[in-house]
Amino acid sequence: MKNATTALKLFLCMTVITGIFYPLVVWAGAQALFKGKAEGSLVRVNGVVAGSGLVGQKFSRPEYFWPRPSATGYDPMPSGGSNLSLTSAQLGAAVKERRKGFVRAEVPADLLFASGSGLDPHISPDAALIQCDRVAAARGVSKGDIIYLVNTVTEQRQAGFLGEPRVNVLLLNLILDGKYLK
Amino acid sequence: MNSQDAFQIFFYIVSLTLLALPLGSYLAATLEDKSRFQSRIFGPVERSIYRCCGINPGGQMNWKNYTASLLWFNFLGFLAVFLLQLFQHKLPLNPNNSGPVEPVLAFNTAVSFMTNTNWQAYAGETSLSYLTQMAGLAVQNFLSAATGVAVFAAMVRGLMGRKTSGIGNFWGDITRVTVRVLLPMSFCAALILAGQGVVQTFKPDSRVKTLEGVEQTIPLGPAASQIAIKQAGSNGGGFFNANSAHPLENPTPLSNFIEMLLLLLLPAACVFAYGKMAADKGQARILFSVMFAVWALGLAVSLYSEYSAASVTGGLGLMEGKETRFGIVNSVLWAASTTAASNGSVNAMHSSLSPLAGGAALFNIMLGEVIFGGVGAGMYGMLLFVLLTVFLCGLMVGRTPEYLGKKVEKREIQMVMAGILAPGAVILIGAALTCAVPAALASLSSKGPHGLSEILYAWSSASGNNGSAFAGLNANTSFYNIGLGIAMLIGRFAVIIPCLAIAGSMGVKSPSPPSAGTLPTDTATFGILLAAVIIIVGGLTFFPALSLGPVIEHLLMLKGVLF
Repeated sequence: MKNATTALKLFLCMTVITGIFYPLVVWAGAQALFKGKAEGSLVRVNGVVAGSGLVGQKFSRPEYFWPRPSATGYDPMPSGGSNLSLTSAQLGAAVKERRKGFVRAEVPADLLFASGSGLDPHISPDAALIQCDRVAAARGVSKGDIIYLVNTVTEQRQAGFLGEPRVNVLLLNLILDGKYLK
Repeated sequence: MNSQDAFQIFFYIVSLTLLALPLGSYLAATLEDKSRFQSRIFGPVERSIYRCCGINPGGQMNWKNYTASLLWFNFLGFLAVFLLQLFQHKLPLNPNNSGPVEPVLAFNTAVSFMTNTNWQAYAGETSLSYLTQMAGLAVQNFLSAATGVAVFAAMVRGLMGRKTSGIGNFWGDITRVTVRVLLPMSFCAALILAGQGVVQTFKPDSRVKTLEGVEQTIPLGPAASQIAIKQAGSNGGGFFNANSAHPLENPTPLSNFIEMLLLLLLPAACVFAYGKMAADKGQARILFSVMFAVWALGLAVSLYSEYSAASVTGGLGLMEGKETRFGIVNSVLWAASTTAASNGSVNAMHSSLSPLAGGAALFNIMLGEVIFGGVGAGMYGMLLFVLLTVFLCGLMVGRTPEYLGKKVEKREIQMVMAGILAPGAVILIGAALTCAVPAALASLSSKGPHGLSEILYAWSSASGNNGSAFAGLNANTSFYNIGLGIAMLIGRFAVIIPCLAIAGSMGVKSPSPPSAGTLPTDTATFGILLAAVIIIVGGLTFFPALSLGPVIEHLLMLKGVLF
């Protein structure tokens, strides 16, 4: 029984240290150094929270850039992917259907395949560029202006080599709304 | 695959090796309690813990005492996570008003975190309170990892011991590993992750109205602190359902790199720590080379499979289940590492990987989680394979097998066989049982061979204490919650107990100097033999099952067959 009581004492000690003390210290550090990020990178429009800069939103209106397909319809509660495999007829049919939403024949893969989280905030630069015609027409501005905007918003690989080049759809659409009337 | 992709893999391998070497020395010093530097910094905290709990960290335990302490300690961990889930609605730090978790699901999750598996039948953002996550799950993330390292240390002490029944002090091992290694590592990593955008707050979820006017809930919580140890301790249970594919759990390519590095860092460091503790760097070099070679082989197969899938998608990169910021190469690199390391966190959905890449992930788990493996767990599992290889070679030349100068006899080999065969038996029996129960088959999301892969993956993941999934399978049913819960228990303790028994029986033997008939275990020849034993045991045991799952799915995919 001595083992059991020692186990209980050490377990309680460790719970306080790793389960209460440790997350509180990280919380204090994160709040002091990166407050906005620690609280979800929320973005505000005229003081009202319009979403998180890291969490994708559903866009289907022509004047907005569209995000990737999502197995959860961009509902974060809960997040998740389709889990469909390449031999799934359902996936084949979904890809065919998604292709119809775009005029051009060559649609980048990220606009045809759903993301892992269902909340992917990004699309590839190619996926943004093929939508410029539509957005420009819907907003009545020149395509060149929109392409210029996409290029300025495009994030390169981090530190020059990590990850992939990408465009944050929500941030791009927020800039569009700020710059041009809907 | 382009040069950028290749460079990312190269950079990962170099960073991993360069960090694992010094960390291995540090870890060895922690386990042997020899470093004055460490004692000076962490001594005061440790001494107050020992005083609080009435522990004498120098008091040697025999293997039975060590095992009993370990089992009590783990049982309490299980109980805490189980009860926290059942009563979270009555406890503080529940700003999103999560209700109590179903008892069967709570059982599964509690077993899963105690055994370092972290199988996710739950969805964190919709079902768990902040208190359950930080004081339940995250605590087990630390303690199950520390338990793994403790068993590894005890086994090495047994192998190295000279006529002694003592294999260390379990309480001291747990305390030192947690305080000196896991906490500092996690703290640094958590702050870096928070700086990249991983949330760390106690505020309730944020309700927002999107630009197109839809209500959206942004899930929050103390995630950064938990993600850091989840990656470092080979745990893998996500704060959110989508795990490290979730943009608030893994927001940038840099956070991805850090998390991916942590995933293999301690398991690799354990190998180098072994070299230090056994005072034989050659052993460590051979074991590291074998692990690295098998890991690299799995990665190569996965990459080939992913990039060649373009031939059936009409030239499209296979982005289903993957995130734009990581792309294909980081998703596949993560998948190969997380399944080798018994971590089980994911940054892409494994079920949507191309069939052979998914198969390689499955195969990694089936090998017994010894290709780096879990923190501590990978090394003690690997030592079982080393003893088996020594024994087989002894049979071939007709001499009593020896390891580190000690005879490996009947009792040790019985224990080795128990530890190696138990997880495999659970996988095959569990999968066969599932195929025979209609209610269990109703959980499948895919028809055809992919459905069988879902079943095989679930049982392998549970019994290998990995925790990743082909998540199309609806695992939140009584059958899977209970069945996989039992598989996790067997997969963990039917390996740990034999390892400690071997530590006990080897410790009392006295080593003899090597003779002309001794098989050297620090040579390339031995490395090749070891790799062959690992792959043959894994391959032969599971080859029929794998050929009906991923292999046939690959062939049918090439012919354009859909289900």
